[in-house]
Amino acid sequence: MATYILRRIVSTIAVMAMVGVFVFLLLRLAPGDPAAIIAGDAATPQMIAGIRESLGLSDPLPVQFVRWVLSILGGDFGTSILTGRPVLQLISQRLEPTVSLAISTMILSVTFGMIFGILAAWRVGGLVDHLLTAFAALGFSVPVFVVGYFLIYWFAMIVHLLPVQGYIPIDRGLGAWLVHLILPTMTLSVPFIAFIARITRASMLEVLSEDYIRTAVAKGASSYSILFRHALKNASVPILTVIGISFAYLIAGVVITEAVFNIPGVGRLVVDAINNRDYPIIQGVLILVSGLYVFINLAVDLAYTLVDPRIRY
Amino acid sequence: MVIGGGLLALLIVLALAAPLYAGDPVDLDPFKRLQPPSPEMWFGSDNLGRDVFARTVFGARISLMVGFVTAASAALSGLLIGVVAGYNRCLDGIVMRVMDGLMSIPTILLAMALVSLTGPGIGILIIAITIPEIPSVARLVRSAVLGVRHRPYVEAALCGGSRLPKVLWRHILPSTIAPLLVQSANVCAAAILTEASLSFLGAGVPTEIPSWGNMISSSRLYLPIAPLTVFAPGIFLALTVLAVNLLGDGLRDLFDPRSTRRH
Repeated sequence: MATYILRRIVSTIAVMAMVGVFVFLLLRLAPGDPAAIIAGDAATPQMIAGIRESLGLSDPLPVQFVRWVLSILGGDFGTSILTGRPVLQLISQRLEPTVSLAISTMILSVTFGMIFGILAAWRVGGLVDHLLTAFAALGFSVPVFVVGYFLIYWFAMIVHLLPVQGYIPIDRGLGAWLVHLILPTMTLSVPFIAFIARITRASMLEVLSEDYIRTAVAKGASSYSILFRHALKNASVPILTVIGISFAYLIAGVVITEAVFNIPGVGRLVVDAINNRDYPIIQGVLILVSGLYVFINLAVDLAYTLVDPRIRY
Repeated sequence: MVIGGGLLALLIVLALAAPLYAGDPVDLDPFKRLQPPSPEMWFGSDNLGRDVFARTVFGARISLMVGFVTAASAALSGLLIGVVAGYNRCLDGIVMRVMDGLMSIPTILLAMALVSLTGPGIGILIIAITIPEIPSVARLVRSAVLGVRHRPYVEAALCGGSRLPKVLWRHILPSTIAPLLVQSANVCAAAILTEASLSFLGAGVPTEIPSWGNMISSSRLYLPIAPLTVFAPGIFLALTVLAVNLLGDGLRDLFDPRSTRRH
């Protein structure tokens, strides 16, 4: 067990190293001089040279890389080119809206996704199953911003029930925070509910056809007991995998949802940074996000052992 | 699968035949801004007086092209990488680490960053969307190759004196086709969505070219008064991705002997 954890952690570090190399190379991949790109179109040669000096771009690449890695490990993600403020500070300021959206979306998606999936598997072939499968196919195909504008149109513009856009920080009122979160969360949850429902249904169907389920039914166990005590635990492995993988899509979805609903979160920060060519911010966000993804997958792998005792490496 | 394939075929025909029956997608007419649907403009006009129907149909060409080309490139690259990784133990470790690293970076951010480095343009866009999709294909191909590599018939072929390329082509490759096709459908759907999202965020197709994503982006301010300008491209986008997804599901059920098929 301990060796398993150790090996997973080592491979995680290897993957993060890979990510670091990619992110680092991103700026240097551009055709042309990185310093000139950062300086922009209206730069004088002195400005370009100045930028090159301050960012240490004249040093050989491995030296730059090592220096960059060391500064990241020390907590210094660089300073924004546009505003001059430390990248880490900029990111942490925008963290609350993004985290609120992400967590509420995950909670909603996992809950409803699993419920729908279990329902569909339980009544397989029936109307509920067909409806849910159709919803899953559609939900996965519609892009997030289309769902967003659709919901905005009906719930905010026609009915005036919910605010059109914007975000209220939690310390300015729990009710307002919740109300402003409802539409964005619903929007972002749709593809995830579809995805999770699908996997849950498939996994449950596989488990429900096993012999021990037949035994439980023959013994007269209640549906509740069969579904939750016997089937779900064994069906959980693929579901957990999917939850881990969907985190990557969550990031993409958050970026779009923040753009649609005008939420001042990390997604908007990075989109603006990309438009402004503010590379330190782009690098910082990419590293943090990828790190989070890798960490969550590590947690998912470790969670496997909790759910299914047969999995011991 | 039939539904998906049929719908997709219909959309392709619509898209290809667009110049024949639709109006001009870029022709501005500021006097005709935000008109409701009429006999000349079936979906009405947008905020610059352009024909929404024409733009929607022309947008289909862009999205479909990006989807297909991305799927094809990702499939080919993934196939190459997957076969190499699956067959060669030494390269496998390095290649898979690289793929893992690439998979950890969210597609949209990576694609946006790549586009921002080199400037707008459809070619760059396709490359930027293809690169993040390669790892999933490569992984799939690699596991297929790993599953077949030690089979007796491969050993027999090698013992019989067949050279490696021939063995790869005739014996190992066929086992990779089925999962490759299914995954290509998924990649195509993802590529269409990514292109639309990028165009929506302003980092995709240049704004002169109508794409469903940038149509929605430029029309969103007019949502209360002219919802069709946002919903027309949106619905077409959803239908297209749905068609590709259904096709992919159908392909998967076709190749999987264990799935419950209703005939």
